[in-house]
Amino acid sequence: MTTNNNSHNGQYVLETHDLEIYYGTFKAVTGVNMHVERNKITAIIGPSGCGKSTLLRAFNRMNELYDGTSIRGQVMFDGQDIYAKDVDPVEVRYRIGMVFQKPNPFPKSIYENIAWTARIHGYKGNMDELVENSLRQAALWDEVKDKLGQSGLSLSGGQQQRLCIARAISIKPEVILMDEPASALDPIATLKIEELMQELKKNYTIVIVTHNMQQAARASDYTAMMMLSGEDDPSGTVIEFDDTNHIFTNPKDKRTEDYVTGRFG
Amino acid sequence: MAETTLKSAEQKTPSFSLRRKPRLGETVVQGLLFFSGFFSIFVTLGIVYELGKEALLFFQMPEVVILDTLTSTEWKPHIGKFGIWPLLTSTLMTTGIAMAIAIPLGMGVAIFLSEYASQPIRNTLKPVLEVLAGIPTIVYGYFALTFMTPLLREIFGKDVVQIYNTASAGLVMGILILPLITSMTEDALSAVPRSLREAAYGMGATKLEVATQIVVPAALSGIAAAIIVGISRAIGETMIVAVAAGAGPNFTFNPFIGAETITGHIVRISGGDLSYDSIDYNSIFALGLFLFFTTLVLNIISQAIVRRFREVYE
Amino acid sequence: MTKKLVVEEFADNLDARNRRGTIWHLLFQASTVVGILALIALMLNVINAAFGYVAYEARVDPDTLTVDGTPLEDQSKDQLVTLLQSELSRGAYNKLDNEKSFAERSRDDVFQLVVERIIRPKVVAVWDLWPSLTQAGEVRATVAQEYPKAELDFISWLTTDFVTRPQTSEPLTAGVRTAVLGSLWTIFFTILLAFPIGVGAAIYLEEYASDNWLNRIIQTNINNLAGVPSIVYGILGLAIFVRALEPLTSGEVFGLVDPTTANGRTVLSAGLTLGLLVLPIIIINAQEAIRAVPHSLRNASFGVGATKWQTVWSHVLPNAMPGILTGTILAVSRAIGETAPLVVVGASTAISFDPESPFSKFTTLPIQIYQWTSRPQSEFRSLAAASILVLLILLLSLNASAILLRNRFSRRY
Repeated sequence: MTTNNNSHNGQYVLETHDLEIYYGTFKAVTGVNMHVERNKITAIIGPSGCGKSTLLRAFNRMNELYDGTSIRGQVMFDGQDIYAKDVDPVEVRYRIGMVFQKPNPFPKSIYENIAWTARIHGYKGNMDELVENSLRQAALWDEVKDKLGQSGLSLSGGQQQRLCIARAISIKPEVILMDEPASALDPIATLKIEELMQELKKNYTIVIVTHNMQQAARASDYTAMMMLSGEDDPSGTVIEFDDTNHIFTNPKDKRTEDYVTGRFG
Repeated sequence: MAETTLKSAEQKTPSFSLRRKPRLGETVVQGLLFFSGFFSIFVTLGIVYELGKEALLFFQMPEVVILDTLTSTEWKPHIGKFGIWPLLTSTLMTTGIAMAIAIPLGMGVAIFLSEYASQPIRNTLKPVLEVLAGIPTIVYGYFALTFMTPLLREIFGKDVVQIYNTASAGLVMGILILPLITSMTEDALSAVPRSLREAAYGMGATKLEVATQIVVPAALSGIAAAIIVGISRAIGETMIVAVAAGAGPNFTFNPFIGAETITGHIVRISGGDLSYDSIDYNSIFALGLFLFFTTLVLNIISQAIVRRFREVYE
Repeated sequence: MTKKLVVEEFADNLDARNRRGTIWHLLFQASTVVGILALIALMLNVINAAFGYVAYEARVDPDTLTVDGTPLEDQSKDQLVTLLQSELSRGAYNKLDNEKSFAERSRDDVFQLVVERIIRPKVVAVWDLWPSLTQAGEVRATVAQEYPKAELDFISWLTTDFVTRPQTSEPLTAGVRTAVLGSLWTIFFTILLAFPIGVGAAIYLEEYASDNWLNRIIQTNINNLAGVPSIVYGILGLAIFVRALEPLTSGEVFGLVDPTTANGRTVLSAGLTLGLLVLPIIIINAQEAIRAVPHSLRNASFGVGATKWQTVWSHVLPNAMPGILTGTILAVSRAIGETAPLVVVGASTAISFDPESPFSKFTTLPIQIYQWTSRPQSEFRSLAAASILVLLILLLSLNASAILLRNRFSRRY
């Protein structure tokens, strides 16, 4: 595993130290050392089954919703270990939001999807304004402004995903984790999401898992290449982490080169 | 978009705390929910304790000798005889007759539904079974007394079949249990993978051969579980026997005369004037405890069989 | 060289096999037919007894009640009220007046009372529906011969009056109102106990409980409780609610004891006993409903930083509610039909007044059916049949609404 030393003043938003993720006794992810820079898009790519989603979900402690997952090592969020004993996962997820592969708006109105989210975190301000701002940031406002009362499920797939993004950013997280956000969408909706990401990174930090190499190459600033550790080791690890440009034009690891040139995976 | 300024004005400061906030509401709710979950344990403990306590009093009474209880064939409380066999044989007879009806018919319907019936037939038949299963047992009791008994008396003669008899109750009980057997058997049959059936059809087997020689044997443990649950249900059934089987313990193997079952006895005794701590009162608990443990053991066996059966196919 | 198939080694048994197949196919179909026939027989048997000819004699000849040449049927309300006043005991008259004052009652109502209390028709013979329809002539002849003084009417034992009249010892004027109200009161307490605890337990088991030995025992225990015979619950109810908790269930603690009996055999005890009985049903059904809620919904909620209870309350429960309600309706159906546990708990056999408080004595519809079924006279059999119809109609509407509920909400997504 190789890292590119970028000189950086201050802390990284996210940083992992020797992170290992277990399902029970099965080690799914091993020895990950990477970081995520503020207001940049970091992509995690690799063949299926190498633990990309698992790694992503470790960043907001979504893994522990399922019995038997545990980690070793550290995940630092602005210098704090999010797995420390006295840390509340609810707080973590408040500040590190997530958008899922299959859009999952609440079966409530478009307005309520965002309002409920803000409300549970104690939002006392002008809700109408918040809803409008979030929907504008997600490039969805113009399409739904006249039907805020309709169910979120009545939107098209691409619109639902943008609603989920609006919902996630309504509580102003530091980081937005995106788990293959466009894989269930058609090419046009995908393009919209990618454009949106470029806008969003002005205000948020984005980590995106994608199996679409071209998407990673187009859209991200940094890329982490994940792969199974070895012939007989079923755990995944980050084999290379660098500027996206370097990863795709001049990778250091042969396996990375094979993957991005299409010879493998 | 003026969003950039909006964001930076409201940006969360980097020095936030991720520490656990005390969420009292969550803890209280979790406690209440745990109590709800645990409540069922109290119910079981209550059953065991209360029934056990009074049953113990029953066995401690001077008139009750355990050996006699288990071996005697006379249950005549007024002369101090508490042999359990009259009640037990009656219970076994009604159960036996009921299962003799419910098992072949229940399985027949299940096989028909699972292997032969087309979707429209299945769609009309299943609601019929649900209705049969949903009819209250007192209605079945009425049916046993006013239809089945006269019918039996017609067929076998009024001097052979008494007005109260276990056969009537048993037959109607069989109809009551039939839907239960059918639904559990059908579940077991449909759990058998289609690939198994296709293998047999592929070898040129007839539908009957596939159904009876391939599918049913493969579903055997599920069917056994169904039968055990049916027996458990029959043993615990009360109203049909209370109405139709007879009001008075009778040690007999003749299904055409009246004989009270364990459950019928409990209902009759508690329906009358009952003073606490009398021997009759305590006998209810002893009998109830017996019923509880018998049906519990049967149900546990049935569940164990189903679990083992499910492992085979998953 | 062509290969010759050695067919002779296999028997030519296809015809026999097919024949056997047809026979068994018929047998399987026959089983189904038997089941359907049993259901039809049951329904026809009940309907048969609920309608038909009744021959009855008045204990007091209406002719003797003629006033100034006006026969009873034509008398005015005031005349009828005067009649009641003179023929009934003062206590009975006042009681009727207190229930509903004679000034408010309609003329028909008062006439009904005269029939009920003074004339008091006595049933002498009852015929089922089938003979009433097919042998009407013979019925009339028999009545003319053996009961010359009797009136003969073709009646339906199931009428709206039947449902609204209270229980009495006179078959012709008996009704199931007492029993129906008793059932409804009882069910109210059943649900009051079983719904919150049942849904709470289901939420606990599905959303909060980790997979440890205690929770596995709890789950197994619930599955076992579902199979315990209902009479055992009755015995438990007797021991705990009627006896041990008597101060509570008889109302002593609240000073609201029923004047006629001061013991624990009350509506409250009955309801709580049935509550324990249906608790496992509600839990298991609610668990299924909660399990069916898609994980993506929970993920979305957790993903935005909601706590577990916020997720359950705002997303999981609303989504699972149709299933939970369906399960509750099933539990109610079960409880309404239960007889044995309530007999053990101590249902009253001859009450004719409606329950007024949780601490009243109680009877329920199935208990009423049981009592009437246990009496040999045919008129009671007809009353039982009519009550069975009431019960079945009640259950049918309950289950129909459960099915409607299920369909309406499964269409939404």
